[in-house]
Amino acid sequence: MTDPVLSVRDLRVWYGTERGAVRAVDGVSFDLRPGETLGLVGESGCGKSTLGRGVLGLLPSGTKLGGEVNYRGTNLVTTSARDIQQLRGPELGLIFQEPLTRLNPLLRISEHFEETLKAHEPDLSKDEVRHRALEALRGMGIPPTRYRAYPHEFSGGMRQRIMIALALVLRPSFVVADEPTTALDVLVEAQIIGILADLRRNFDTALLFITHNLGIVAEACDRVAVMYAGRIVEQGPVNDVFARPQHPYTRELLRSTISLSTTGLHYIPGAPPDLIDPPSGCRFHPRCPSAMQVCPQQFPQQVDLGAQRVECWLHGPHALIPEGGEQPLVREEITVADEA
Amino acid sequence: MPTKPDLRPAGERSGQDTLVELRDVEVHFELRANALARLIGGASDTVKAVDGVNLTLRKGEVLGLVGESGSGKTTLGRALLGLVRPTAGQIDYRGRDLGSLPTRELRAIRRRLQMVFQDPHAALNPAMDLQTAIGHPLRIHKLVKNRAEERERVVAALERVGLVPAEQFLAKLPAELSGGQKQRAVIARAIISGPELLVADEPISMLDMSVRAKILELMLELKNDLDLTYVYITHDLATAKFFCDRMAIMYLGRVVELGPTEQIFADPKHPYTQALLRAVPDPDPERKVPRDLPRGEIPDAAAPPHGCSFHPRCPRAFEPCGWEGRDLRAMFERRWTIEGEDTYAAEAPLVEGLEKIGPGEEVATLTVPSGRTAAEAIALFDAARAGLPDDPLWRGVEKITADGDRAVTVHFRKGIDPALLHVDGVDVACHLHDPALRPSN
Repeated sequence: MTDPVLSVRDLRVWYGTERGAVRAVDGVSFDLRPGETLGLVGESGCGKSTLGRGVLGLLPSGTKLGGEVNYRGTNLVTTSARDIQQLRGPELGLIFQEPLTRLNPLLRISEHFEETLKAHEPDLSKDEVRHRALEALRGMGIPPTRYRAYPHEFSGGMRQRIMIALALVLRPSFVVADEPTTALDVLVEAQIIGILADLRRNFDTALLFITHNLGIVAEACDRVAVMYAGRIVEQGPVNDVFARPQHPYTRELLRSTISLSTTGLHYIPGAPPDLIDPPSGCRFHPRCPSAMQVCPQQFPQQVDLGAQRVECWLHGPHALIPEGGEQPLVREEITVADEA
Repeated sequence: MPTKPDLRPAGERSGQDTLVELRDVEVHFELRANALARLIGGASDTVKAVDGVNLTLRKGEVLGLVGESGSGKTTLGRALLGLVRPTAGQIDYRGRDLGSLPTRELRAIRRRLQMVFQDPHAALNPAMDLQTAIGHPLRIHKLVKNRAEERERVVAALERVGLVPAEQFLAKLPAELSGGQKQRAVIARAIISGPELLVADEPISMLDMSVRAKILELMLELKNDLDLTYVYITHDLATAKFFCDRMAIMYLGRVVELGPTEQIFADPKHPYTQALLRAVPDPDPERKVPRDLPRGEIPDAAAPPHGCSFHPRCPRAFEPCGWEGRDLRAMFERRWTIEGEDTYAAEAPLVEGLEKIGPGEEVATLTVPSGRTAAEAIALFDAARAGLPDDPLWRGVEKITADGDRAVTVHFRKGIDPALLHVDGVDVACHLHDPALRPSN
């Protein structure tokens, strides 16, 4: 197996607020290999986007970052802002959610590419810049006739393709895509997913794909990490996790997704917790239909089940569960007053 | 297979009475290009947001208006409530035409026709507490005598949508509520005046996935308890399949397919419906991304394609679909995207004249730049055809002729506007289903 491009260990991202520290990401570990796409899913406010930004060092000042983000032998957490700036672009890329607001309306598409390429590869000639840009655009299905056009002359889907081309023109080996299709229509979304799927095959780019849409994960990702309240509660190959979810949260999330085969409605009661003062023990226990006595008492251990890694007392280790800890937990009733 | 629980007793399921009847409804918006054009009053561009829609809304049903952005589904929904005036056609509600009714009378009727908006964060006034916001329709329509009665009705509405204990919510401001709670409040405001029709415009698309099912469930309960009729506007086919009895698939202002939901999902007839269904991401990991998606995106509604609006993107388009000069330009763009910049640099100057071709030209003449010949241009068309032999465009080209030495004319086959045809229990606007036009194979 090839070495991972990115290896995240016990990453923590805490924001300071008046009420105390928000533990948006609280001890997250995962690996990403070349050409692999990892889907990161979870409800709003579970820390997905913060994790994506944290890995790239793109967090507002006043944020506390801990743990390790190892990118090809460099720990990005301890790297200076200046050095990480040098890596962003040629090594680390980011595709944003809203393509409409990320392109400069006063600059032609050509100027966006010239600026990007000149900043990182100042030795390129004008012809080479043009060639590289047109090739990147061509890969995204943008015709060369549109090279000198302005952003407003493109539709939303075209703008997102341009954003992707702009992120890829420097050939980064690791890209974070933060909900890249959320603002787009069904057909255009499917086109972009197709493009991203080709990407990993053709360029060996490692992709961290943040989305709330489980359908997209199934179609575009190799592995999936399910986040809840700042933790990855389950990760593994998409096929295994979706066919045999081991964490009750994964299972409930899959059941509450409305798909073409949905015949009955299902949902998870309650809302994700306040990350300033999260529930004790397993953070999902107040909403978990399978919760046991041990769940609010002790933080669950990570357990490897085949290719899946899960953080839930249902899977042990049983030696660590105190006597009587496996008895079901009597849950408080959750009302609409607490819903998301 | 049943796609959703039917909460009504069997005897009441017929629901065949017509509630609203739309006949040839058009909503056109005029675009004024500039001050000069406004002064002269010359021809201005028109966006045909809704372009000739015929629909019957039956009492007690859930009718889905499904399409991508720009399909006109929201405008049609707003026209149903008289929020935009149709520029032509009738919207018949209980014997009265909502399109031509004076505003004063329309306002009185609106008590019975309500709307649930897409973005619950924007649909509530941030400075109004829930009691004021939800009680607002009661005051506007003068449905209560005093504050005490109003409060009573608001409490009942809050309880009805599950915001309990209601007393806790009365004084809350929207900022203190979660997304799901806000949408419940919006629904409470919509039902408080006792409506019989609710137009729900993407009511769950802005909500977190864990609460979407809850809001849909609430809407199903309300429909059953309050005897409501729904128009459900969405781009999400998965919820439409679950929620709607009938669906109208819209594309660029027109209904392209209309029929019972189960039938449309079992056997989609229009190539656009087929494409939409293939494109829905599904959590089943066995399913993979389809490779044969329609190219491009919804075209500019101010200059819609000739004939069938979907023909430039349709993989199955054929002779009568409405081919025109502008399709040539799109074909060359596809060619240059595939062949790369060298081909583009070599060929673009010769066919520069394509830029000047306007909409709807079935006979398109291309002037060759000086120093080049018509024969060269014809050779380029031949090369393009050899490069993309399967492009549906070529089915629409009748012949390409040289006009002297400096111009080339491309003759397209006559385009026909597809009308809704009744086929196997659904209505579909596609020539592939017209026995007189469809290809024999």
